[in-house]
Amino acid sequence: MIPILEIEELSVSFTQYERGLRKRQLSVIRDLSLTIGRGQVVAVVGASGSGKSLLAHGILGLLPYNSHMEGTIRYKGQPLTPERAKALRGRELVLVPQGVTYLDPLMQVGAQIRRGRKDEASRKNCRRVLDRYGLAPETERLYPFELSGGMARRVLISTAVLERPQLVIADEPTPGLDAGAAGRILGHFREIADEGAGVLFITHDLELALTVADRVAVFYAGETMEELPAANFEEADRLRHPYTRALWHAMPAHGFAALPGSQPLAGEAEGCLFAPRCPRCRESCREAGSIPLRRTEDGTVRCLYPQEGGKDL
Amino acid sequence: MKHRAGFAGKKLLRMALLLLGVSIAAFALMSVSPLDPLQTNVGQAALGSMSPEQIEQLEAYWGVDTPPVERYLGWLTDVLQGDMGTSLLYRQPVEQVIGQRLSNSLWLLASAWVLSGILGLALGVVAGAVRGRLPDKLIRGYCLLISGTPAFWLALLLLLVFSVWLGLLPIGFSVPIGMDGDSVTLLHRLRHAFLPALTLSITGIANIALHTREKMADVMESDYILFARARGEDGRSLVLRHGLRNVALPAVTLQFASVSEIFGGSVLVEQVFSYPGLGQAAVSAGLGGDMPLLLGITVVSAAIVFGGNLIADLLYGVIDPKIRRGAVRK
Amino acid sequence: MRESSGRRRALIWFAAAGVLLAAVTVAGLLLTEQAMVSDFSRKDLAPCFRYPFGTDWMGRDMFVRTLAGLSLSIRIGALAAAVGALVALALGVASATLGRKTDAVISWIIDLVMGIPHILLVMLISIACGKGFFGVVAGVALSHWTSLARVVRGEILQLRQAPYLLAAEKLGVSRWRRVRRHMLPHLLPQFLAGLILLFPHAILHEAAITFLGFGLPPEQPAIGIILSESMRYLTTGKWWLALFPGLSLVAVVVLFASLGERLRRLLSPASAHE
Repeated sequence: MIPILEIEELSVSFTQYERGLRKRQLSVIRDLSLTIGRGQVVAVVGASGSGKSLLAHGILGLLPYNSHMEGTIRYKGQPLTPERAKALRGRELVLVPQGVTYLDPLMQVGAQIRRGRKDEASRKNCRRVLDRYGLAPETERLYPFELSGGMARRVLISTAVLERPQLVIADEPTPGLDAGAAGRILGHFREIADEGAGVLFITHDLELALTVADRVAVFYAGETMEELPAANFEEADRLRHPYTRALWHAMPAHGFAALPGSQPLAGEAEGCLFAPRCPRCRESCREAGSIPLRRTEDGTVRCLYPQEGGKDL
Repeated sequence: MKHRAGFAGKKLLRMALLLLGVSIAAFALMSVSPLDPLQTNVGQAALGSMSPEQIEQLEAYWGVDTPPVERYLGWLTDVLQGDMGTSLLYRQPVEQVIGQRLSNSLWLLASAWVLSGILGLALGVVAGAVRGRLPDKLIRGYCLLISGTPAFWLALLLLLVFSVWLGLLPIGFSVPIGMDGDSVTLLHRLRHAFLPALTLSITGIANIALHTREKMADVMESDYILFARARGEDGRSLVLRHGLRNVALPAVTLQFASVSEIFGGSVLVEQVFSYPGLGQAAVSAGLGGDMPLLLGITVVSAAIVFGGNLIADLLYGVIDPKIRRGAVRK
Repeated sequence: MRESSGRRRALIWFAAAGVLLAAVTVAGLLLTEQAMVSDFSRKDLAPCFRYPFGTDWMGRDMFVRTLAGLSLSIRIGALAAAVGALVALALGVASATLGRKTDAVISWIIDLVMGIPHILLVMLISIACGKGFFGVVAGVALSHWTSLARVVRGEILQLRQAPYLLAAEKLGVSRWRRVRRHMLPHLLPQFLAGLILLFPHAILHEAAITFLGFGLPPEQPAIGIILSESMRYLTTGKWWLALFPGLSLVAVVVLFASLGERLRRLLSPASAHE
């Protein structure tokens, strides 16, 4: 079956001006590859500042004008050109953004969900999606500032299922919610996937991602470090990249061990970007140009010396 | 609703205090002036044609012998009873002169206010929506050029082109010279008010457009515009549905704040076109040492400006759902 | 990848505009005497090679008069803008640091000043000062400080929340010392840009108030006087008397405005995308 979305060797960079009109090229995503099939929830996990949101904007063709994108994105087997993305977004390609600031502060919720349409079918549809997420019909007449955090998330999700979405991109849809509410929101995404859509779930919270995702892509400084089935996270031994393992160890259930150091900017270092913080870093890791992605039996990994079950691969 | 009424009441009180402040400041400035109101040129001419009783009355009113505070209090008591004094230049009650002049100016001010507001908003929204592209550069260039152009010089240029060279429009005044009041038609008035109104509109657009552009550019970079685009909205729908809605609040403030600027511009423009409005009266009063009139005009124009601000504040309450639904109390 | 050509271009532009404005100022200063020379053998000449801006009814060279007028405008504008900016700085700092009551009083004064249409206020102050040079400078300076004062106040209120200043306050560093050592240096760029942006307004209002007859006396070769005189000769077709002096004034004002705008943009990286 043709996957919903295939991303190959995607790179995004910005032309940036510093104080005093100095110009420079800032690379935010480098050589990223990712595949999402029908009915799949794929989580992209990475610390903030790793370029995750830009991935979402890149797929939707919404990067700012001073950005530059390379690589290929295919949607249902066909290249997703900016024109095609433009025609599809809001219908087949939908975004579920972070929070209430993504709603027009001066427009009632109902009018925003309906995108201004006033016909009876649209009104009905609007009430249907609100109802689906347990929101009363009165919600239509509220302004964004009158919504609670959880309500706002549900309103944002309801915009996604207004039509039949094929690919749902959820960009950090849960911050600020307690575990129960976040779990319910994620359940909604699982449900959308089960109806046949692909879901790209962007988050910084690995633990949360594992509750819902089929596959996980670990993002670090604009690169995918590893892409693997979510089930592998059951044992640290089935995680091949040292960074993925570090994330695993940082989870509350596995000892809460925080990784020292901080993430570099994409394209700031030569060789392996994770090298400065890597417990298994060798001389050659710092010398190689950029580390190529390597196939594994159930995913990919970007490491010269990946391990499995305590042994080098 | 109750807090809204309270809000309006508080604003009214503040406005009254500010007006009091304006009158005190204007009065103080006039009384420290070394230019004696009864000795300046035109004032003298006016004095010559007055009866001794009138002069005596004036001197009692404006005389150097009375201390300023006492004079001010006298003026204030009279004003509160509806008497703003007598104009030295026009030999009429000040309130009558102002009323008549204001009704002449009102045409001018209102049309320039509406025109510059609508055009300024439209140009600003367009420029902000396509920031950095050619239309934006053109609009910004126009605005920068116009804000560097003195209104009176622009008036001179238009006068030169339309009246002197092309002979299309009259040189000045609000009605044809020497024409009987009854035979003046609306067309006459329009023809005479056209150039002054045009000048005021052209200059008024720049400021409104520049500020609207900034706001619009901010709006276009907001999260909700990104999300609207992610949902397939673009181009006109984006600008009209979300852009306009969100620049509406700052636009209201700008529009009402522009009252002061347009009035200021009218002082200069009316002078060039010899248009007998309030602005020209202010200049004549200032040059002729007609202090009661100048004081009256200052207070009235400040009242108009403060009134504009008050309306803007109240309109905010109608437009902004946060205030309307009582979530925030300002 | 770094590119500094944009910066260099901006600097060259700054230098060129600065030199041009300085040249106009100095030239006008030196030509003031000559600007008043009348010669009836050359009166009412349209613009020609010898007299690029033409001559007036008294045979005065309009080019020289315009230069002298511009110079006068720039000097008055500079003085008025500087005084206005200092008033703004003082009241802005006072408003932000001397407590609620002072803040309320100063805000009230700002509202009051903004409530009187600018031109009327300049007129009133100029009359109070007996018109003339002093009247113009006082009028323009005392009516143009309000928005910059608000900017200064806002900046300081924001700065006061900075951790190092909160720490300094806790450590008992005196208020004046905190303002002088830690706040004013941060304010400097904003203040300079604000000062330069006051210039064009000051020049325009000087010209306007002189044009109306509340400013410089008629014997001075000021742009306002030149334009006011030109009005009388407009209907007789002497267009050059109004056109060229006005155009030159617009050029100077726009030059100052774009200087200020560029400086402001150089100093704030946020708006550097344009």
